[in-house]
Amino acid sequence: MIDPLFLAEAAINGLLLGGVLALLALGLNLIFGVIDIVWIAYVDLVMICMYAVYFIVQVYGYPMWLGGLASVALGALLGIGVHVLIISPILASAPLNQLLATGGLLFFLQSFATFLWTTDHRSVRLDLPRLEILDMPISVARLIAFTLAVLAMLGLYLFLTRTYIGTAIRAVSQDREAMSLMGANPQRVYVVTSAVGGAMAGLAAALLIIQYAVHPFFGAAFGPITFMICVLGGLGNMVGAFVASFIMSEVIAISGVIWSTEMGYVIAFVVFIVMIFARPGGILARRS
Amino acid sequence: MTPARAIGLLLVLLLLAAPFLPLGVSREYTIHVMVQIFIWSFIGGAWSLMGRFGLTSLGHGAFLGIGAYTTTLLWNFFGLTPWLGGILAVLLTAVFALVVAYPCSRFQVVGHYFALVTLAVGEVIRLLIVAERDWTGGSLGVTVRPAGADSLVALQFADKRVFYYGALVLWLAGLYVWARLDRSMARSAMEAIGEDETAAASVGIHVTRFKIGITVLSAVLTAIGGIAYAQYISYVNPDTLAGIGVSLRIVFAVVLGGIYSLLGPTVGTALTIALAEYLRILFGLKFIGMAETIYGFLLIVFIIFLPSGIYGSLRELLRRRPAAAAAPARTPA
Repeated sequence: MIDPLFLAEAAINGLLLGGVLALLALGLNLIFGVIDIVWIAYVDLVMICMYAVYFIVQVYGYPMWLGGLASVALGALLGIGVHVLIISPILASAPLNQLLATGGLLFFLQSFATFLWTTDHRSVRLDLPRLEILDMPISVARLIAFTLAVLAMLGLYLFLTRTYIGTAIRAVSQDREAMSLMGANPQRVYVVTSAVGGAMAGLAAALLIIQYAVHPFFGAAFGPITFMICVLGGLGNMVGAFVASFIMSEVIAISGVIWSTEMGYVIAFVVFIVMIFARPGGILARRS
Repeated sequence: MTPARAIGLLLVLLLLAAPFLPLGVSREYTIHVMVQIFIWSFIGGAWSLMGRFGLTSLGHGAFLGIGAYTTTLLWNFFGLTPWLGGILAVLLTAVFALVVAYPCSRFQVVGHYFALVTLAVGEVIRLLIVAERDWTGGSLGVTVRPAGADSLVALQFADKRVFYYGALVLWLAGLYVWARLDRSMARSAMEAIGEDETAAASVGIHVTRFKIGITVLSAVLTAIGGIAYAQYISYVNPDTLAGIGVSLRIVFAVVLGGIYSLLGPTVGTALTIALAEYLRILFGLKFIGMAETIYGFLLIVFIIFLPSGIYGSLRELLRRRPAAAAAPARTPA
């Protein structure tokens, strides 16, 4: 029998992980909802930003907040780069080709990182105070990551609902043709969306590097679960993705304690597959 | 006999004679590369049976993995010949594909959703293989237990030429299945379903039955390819035979070659394997990752500039040229 304290600890860890997963899923979901393309290489962009933070903070000794800002900026630039160089030439192609172009980017980034930085695991060490609640050690790094992730999501919500360009982004995701009829320029909206999505990847990178070591295959480890969360929440549905990340992170954390980490992911994927059959439009979709 | 058939026959004769051509020291290596091309082309062809109708699976690694691991583990632990083990593995794959395909068709999981569900299925199989490390060797993989000598029962031969002919036959059989399906009623039905499921159902096409049928066929052929590859390499590993990496590689090769043509998957696979081998030899153990980086870069470039694949684009070009030559004649001076 497993000590309930372990389960409680796992549940809290799951909750804290869920915050960062939600951030990743929201960035990907934003791009999907607006441009209608799944960036298979999204988490590999995160991986590149994590390396940037590692070098800025751990190797060159700059403060963490600077590393975080640089990571957000780099993420935004990468997002624009991916859109302008890869996505916009094939916007009219078959969906399969669009998916595969970003899949090619995945191979490219993964092996380029291997080439530049080898397969060593690298992490940023921060001196953070220890925290214990009811005899349970709580990772302060995870707590900070969770808090910042939630704040970033609030920021994204305000950006999408309170600003002009945010409203335009939501409008495009609802009806692309009508939007261009109204005189808005979808190309500009796409670039801004890619930049915002990339910036979220950059922020997620800064929050992940304080908890996990980065290596070239980081994208392969976190990528699938991010897609699953997006689909589970309903592709393009922000609130759904938010709820789904916590469901998935709890499933992974708790079954990881009961069985093993791999089984945790297996169960999460099976939950995902079953949910897709039960609620194809995502967990929050209304039945038509 | 049409010219196309004559060329095809000549090509097959050349391939049959190839292992005996005087290639000197590089013969073994050439045969090795050819065997890989045959097996992966066969697998690519199996994927394209579904892929060409809009059923984009990103989880064919699952079927490869089930096929290869079932056969290998049955042989390693129970000494069951890969012939029987292979049949069991294929049956298991068929059942598994049915379990995945039925709800997918029943609940109309299509497009992006289908791609991501299959991706999850592929990951489930890979993670299960890693998790059950006591039998499967986890992420380190497992070696097929050597039979000692050449053995038809164990499907192990020292001479690569045996595998060469085996793989050649497999590849030709794959092409036959593709061509057979291409001329059947199922093709028209599947094309209609790919365009619009509701419309297809309204003219009396049994949508669910066709979709499940094509998925199971594709999965079974993929599993056979996985078994063949495992027997040839005599080593199985969750990263080379299950998971996203290999699933994406299959799709890439097919899309690169051309998804809607008989020889598209073969052309794409041959090119990707040749490219990977060339880069590997070029860079060797220096610059680890460089070969793959160039591979990824070229994939992006090819997909942007040749959207219907190399073979597909070439065919379009050849068809357009006579038309273009004929066009000016028609315009009145």
